[in-house]
Amino acid sequence: MSSTPTSSGALTDGMGRGAGPGAATFVLGLAYGAAASAAGWGGAVPLVFSVLACSGSAQFTLLATLPAAGAVAAVAAAVLINARYLVMSVALNDSLRGGRLRRALQAQALLDASFAVGHRGNGRFDVARIIGASIPQWLGWVTGTAAGLLAAPPARLMHALGADVVFPAFFLMLALDELRKSRRAIVAAILGAGIAAALLFVTSPGNALLGAAAAALAGAARRRRPPAQRSARTS
Amino acid sequence: MLWLPVLAVTAATWAMKAGGPLALGQRRLPPPAVKVISLMAPALLAGLIVINLGGTAWSDANWQQVAGVGAAGLARALRVPMLLAVGCGIAVTALLRHLLT
Repeated sequence: MSSTPTSSGALTDGMGRGAGPGAATFVLGLAYGAAASAAGWGGAVPLVFSVLACSGSAQFTLLATLPAAGAVAAVAAAVLINARYLVMSVALNDSLRGGRLRRALQAQALLDASFAVGHRGNGRFDVARIIGASIPQWLGWVTGTAAGLLAAPPARLMHALGADVVFPAFFLMLALDELRKSRRAIVAAILGAGIAAALLFVTSPGNALLGAAAAALAGAARRRRPPAQRSARTS
Repeated sequence: MLWLPVLAVTAATWAMKAGGPLALGQRRLPPPAVKVISLMAPALLAGLIVINLGGTAWSDANWQQVAGVGAAGLARALRVPMLLAVGCGIAVTALLRHLLT
């Protein structure tokens, strides 16, 4: 019989599960630091940004769009790509404890991989495990950014070494764990991938990701039994 | 002036993460919403894989990366530990790119 894990046990467990995504985050942080250095952002701004926001998607979006689109459009694009955190924080709320502010503070630990690591099934989350999984990712992101700013490896070298495989591969590992939980999870994942793939042709990756989240609605749709089967059961 | 957009995005990220708890407080979600939420992780993870592979308007898509991610997934399905599986994927992509250049 398995015992209920304590908060410190769950925190440690989360840190262990977050080590892999943390290593991936280091590589991505390295690429971000190098790109920010090449864009002339200096050292302090990208590093403080990584410490405070710890959001690869939003930080890369701002870095890429600021020169061409201007501050307002670049900020809007970066904010939109993070709109998924609003969906995740609603999902997480039932598993949080305390008043609104305490809950809001706990929800700051949300990161993509941590959301998956902390999912216990049936819409419930282990908050200590989420916080634990976010610690190595935050460390990986910040140290990766610092290393990228210092070493500034050329983008071509990172590409040649296959660094672009790291993140999608880790997301695939986490997805495989989720798919083992139920048939509905498989349906939701297939739909999510299909929606994101189609939306990517017409809109930004952030919007495509929000569209993928909508697949959870379709995946949860209740299958109705045919009328004949229902009447046979009731007769 | 870089600090202003950087701080704006940071504050917006915090607000997004706080949004659910601040709006809902201790109110619990109805069972149908919980069912939807239980499928949010696989749907979002699948979407994240796709946008990581495709990039904006599929401009980043390349088959060596897809092959590497596929190799990592296959290794994991064969019960290879997670970090090692990802390492296999990186090696496959790096090797393919080395052979093609």
